Amino acid sequence: MINVKGLKKSFGNHEVLCGIDEHIKKGEKVVIIGASGSGKSTFLRCLNLLEQPTDGQIFFEGTDITDPKNDINKLRRKMGMVFQQFNLFPHMKVKENIKLAPVKLKLMTEEEAEKKALDLLARVGLPEKAEAYPGQLSGGQQQRIAIARALAMNPDVMLFDEPTSALDPEMVGEVLEIMKELAAEGMTMVVVTHEMGFAREVADRVLFMDEGVIMESGTPKEIFENPQNERTKSFLSKVL
Amino acid sequence: MLASPLLFTKGEIKVSVLTFAMWLTDMAPDWMQNLPEWLQRLCFQFFQVFVYENRWKFFTDGLVTTFVVTIGALILGVIIGMIVAILRSAHDSSRKKPNIILRILNSICKIYVTVLRGTPLMVQLLIMGFVIMVPKSTFDTNLCAIITLGINSGAYVAEIARSGLMSIPAGQTEAGRSLGLSYAQTMFYIIVPQAFKNILPALGNELIALLKETSLVTVIALQDVTKAAQVIVSKTYTATIPYISLALIYLVLVVILTKLLGILERRLRESDKR
Repeated sequence: MINVKGLKKSFGNHEVLCGIDEHIKKGEKVVIIGASGSGKSTFLRCLNLLEQPTDGQIFFEGTDITDPKNDINKLRRKMGMVFQQFNLFPHMKVKENIKLAPVKLKLMTEEEAEKKALDLLARVGLPEKAEAYPGQLSGGQQQRIAIARALAMNPDVMLFDEPTSALDPEMVGEVLEIMKELAAEGMTMVVVTHEMGFAREVADRVLFMDEGVIMESGTPKEIFENPQNERTKSFLSKVL
Repeated sequence: MLASPLLFTKGEIKVSVLTFAMWLTDMAPDWMQNLPEWLQRLCFQFFQVFVYENRWKFFTDGLVTTFVVTIGALILGVIIGMIVAILRSAHDSSRKKPNIILRILNSICKIYVTVLRGTPLMVQLLIMGFVIMVPKSTFDTNLCAIITLGINSGAYVAEIARSGLMSIPAGQTEAGRSLGLSYAQTMFYIIVPQAFKNILPALGNELIALLKETSLVTVIALQDVTKAAQVIVSKTYTATIPYISLALIYLVLVVILTKLLGILERRLRESDKR
């Protein structure tokens, strides 16, 4: 589904991604772990071109998204993204946040979007918050709304950029719960996280990134119980 | 018999002057005859400035012009300001090297802001009114005033709007774009509404300044409310009442405007409630 070839990204003279090759299959749940500054968020953000790669190609469902000839706005519709800081639109009600993109991009009528929004709110367990403003909600609730907003576009893949890192500890669980349900339904997911428990439980594959490359890749069992790379060992000994 | 006002010729122009004595004997109501003289003189001045020969019409006609010029300039200023602000911030926030067209436009915008903020409005009016446009009719003069004030105000609005656009976190743009919205759609539905709310106090300030600056259009002979006061002064040879009234008129307008902006601001802040 997503095929990454020789991906490189530099900010000025600083090379953040130094050549990444990776293939993410349909329905696969990939969790990316690694220390801060290892390039894992940048890698994720390159997948929907929020960061413009310096070099390399990324194919999404067979289309090269790095080719300027391909309409990135069309491609992004099929890639949902959830951010660390939620990034809900504070001037709109929760319901309007969810409806905005499907309606403005003319993918749904107002009524269809309304129904979809209410369905999604029920699914993330917040049906009563449809008329609330984001500022009135807790961090955990905001992040669940953000997931609902991304799902409203019926994406083929969901990208999560440290979705629980900005949350108070007691709210991490509710967000992870939604993500687990999503995984169980067969959604293709790429998740950057520090939640090792989630990685262990949900991931089909765990990628350990360090210094802009994927140092080690394998099933959670392989990575967590029998890491081969020295750096992976040293990272895991600090976080587990 | 009603005494006709004293008529005399000053060069070519016939000037009519109503004297205090004439007013008191012929026009003042009876109950005023017993008032102390200073109060009678005050009443006379009011009569002279507002009532006699329906002179209040100068003020109301002038006010209409002031409104037309203010609103016209405001609309033009906000449109220009928004365009310049969006171009400037699009240029400054692009991560890649911006393309050549955007760079040229950005330079033009920068020069525009520098020139318009760097020269006095009075001078700009003189240049527009006597060098560039040279209006022949009242309509032309109105248009000239609106264009000059609008272009001038646009330079200030541009900087205000730019600060507003930059106050919105980058995450908002990213969230919009990640949903598949285009840059323009993201700006229009997500960034600008939030930025507008943030800049409303500063924009209100600019609107108040604009309203007061319209008084300068007298230099291109536009009959605004300031000109009205000047005309009355030249007709009555008294300055106190016309100019104090003029100041009060501006003050009342600004106070009303401030109240309206306050209401708008409260309405936009609805989403901030917790």
